[in-house]
Amino acid sequence: MQPMIHARLKLAWKAFELNVDLQLPGRGISALFGHSGSGKTTCLRCLAGLERADEAYIEVNGVVWQDSRRQYFLPAHRRSIGYVFQEASLFTHLSVRSNLEFGQRRTPPRERKVAFEQACELLGIRHLLERQPDTLSGGERQRVGIARALLTSPQLLLMDEPLASLDVPRKREILPYLERLHDELEIPLVYVSHALDEVTRLADHLVIIEQGNVLASGALAPTLARIDLPLAQEEDAGVIIEGNVASYDPAYRLLSLHVPGTALHLRVTHAPLAIGDRLRLKVRARDVSLSLVENDHSSILNRLPVRVGQQRAADNDAHVLLSLDAGGTPLLARITRFSYDQLGIHEGQQLWAQIKSVALLG
Amino acid sequence: MPLDANDLAAIWLTFKLASLTTLILLIVGTPIAWWLARTRSWLRGPVGAIVALPLVLPPTVIGFYLLLAMGPNGLIGQATQALGLGTVVFSFSGLVIGSVIYSMPFVVQPLQNAFSAIGERPLEVAATLRAGPWDTFFSVVLPLAKPGFITASILGFAHTVGEFGVVLMIGGNIPDKTRVVSVQIYDHVEAMDYLQAHWLAGAMLVFSFVVLLALYASRREKPSWS
Repeated sequence: MQPMIHARLKLAWKAFELNVDLQLPGRGISALFGHSGSGKTTCLRCLAGLERADEAYIEVNGVVWQDSRRQYFLPAHRRSIGYVFQEASLFTHLSVRSNLEFGQRRTPPRERKVAFEQACELLGIRHLLERQPDTLSGGERQRVGIARALLTSPQLLLMDEPLASLDVPRKREILPYLERLHDELEIPLVYVSHALDEVTRLADHLVIIEQGNVLASGALAPTLARIDLPLAQEEDAGVIIEGNVASYDPAYRLLSLHVPGTALHLRVTHAPLAIGDRLRLKVRARDVSLSLVENDHSSILNRLPVRVGQQRAADNDAHVLLSLDAGGTPLLARITRFSYDQLGIHEGQQLWAQIKSVALLG
Repeated sequence: MPLDANDLAAIWLTFKLASLTTLILLIVGTPIAWWLARTRSWLRGPVGAIVALPLVLPPTVIGFYLLLAMGPNGLIGQATQALGLGTVVFSFSGLVIGSVIYSMPFVVQPLQNAFSAIGERPLEVAATLRAGPWDTFFSVVLPLAKPGFITASILGFAHTVGEFGVVLMIGGNIPDKTRVVSVQIYDHVEAMDYLQAHWLAGAMLVFSFVVLLALYASRREKPSWS
């Protein structure tokens, strides 16, 4: 059986109602994305057992954690979770080492899969062990918080905007550690965030929550490419493309990325990488322009034949959003309404997409 | 020797009374303070008010009701009689019961404040780290509330030492049993023995100052949670 996280939650507070049915993959990173007040953190707290929804059914990897029809509620301290709060919330009366050991000591020895050394190594906190939490920087504190959660060897990691209280340099400091977690541990992670850049960089699965309801849920790339979601209207909207390095030209520091299962190659400047390395790129809608013919005389490196899919008016009505199909890989483009009319763009049309710049993610 | 044997006996009795009262109050007051700090029940207000009553009532009023309660027909009296202890009026046990009630707010309120200051977060963190409620109380709440416990102990002890009216009402003036320092000073003054009163009163003054000094010095240490 495929490992799965299933959570059906219903609760009503004064001016807020939550009604969601989440089916998340039992591996990789699932992002709960939404604006503040959308209910994403409440979902996470219900999963953890910190909040008790009126009606709820929660099952993780075949184990039921809550079933309101049977009046069954597994309290938080009995759930195999690791929880990372927005503020690291380290115990101030304990050293870093004792903070880390707090959860580990309370985990039955046969369930301990993450070793102390491994967690310290993964988060780069070995040199901080004998310090007191109030002598750490915000970024260091959060890394200790993550390691502390890992050391309960949880079946499910839950993170509530772990980067939201940090400034940009601290965020940059932590993101690579989160990526390492993703690559090196088999623990599924549910990651709550309102920051699109974090989500596109980390997530495998995306759930968009709005006003207590699930607006969309699916694998990251196809969900980001959906033109009907409000996400597509964001300034930073775009698709992600994952592929392997097919070739590298050191003279121009230019690499070619091949998207498996398609004929798509994208070229991007990058520090040297080995052939076959995996990369995640982001192509923003506003960086994609369209042309009726292939333009060989352009400085733009990436020119792809595409077929026009649906179109939709942008919030800014001088612009039009288009979904494009580049040989199986979806793209989004934001162009002016003027060009849209000038070129006579219509669904099913074959065009050339020019990608002005490709942002690297991770 | 400026203090005679009776004075020393009174000091020792006062110390015994205050220590025992403080110990009992820490045991009884902690759950009450925890409940007051965390409950959402409507009973919170009434219970909080009852605990705070000794702050505003004249000690003679408390002493009067305690005297009635501890007497043969009172609630406490009947309970102690049923347990085969007789009545506790004019005994050391009676003084302890009286002191516990009289000093209750001085222990419960600092503890309640300390528990409230900790907030919900550390408890949630502990739960996600697999600590059950009791485990959390002993390994997280108690250490974080340590400054509150220090304050509560000092105030409870010092306030019991300073007790006079309640003692007089329910304890009387029995050497080695109920004659505490404050009563002994009163006796000296009654007997026009001002020199003796001076020594004892001066000792109390110095003691109280040192206690308060210790209290305020310990408060500089931050009871923090970040």
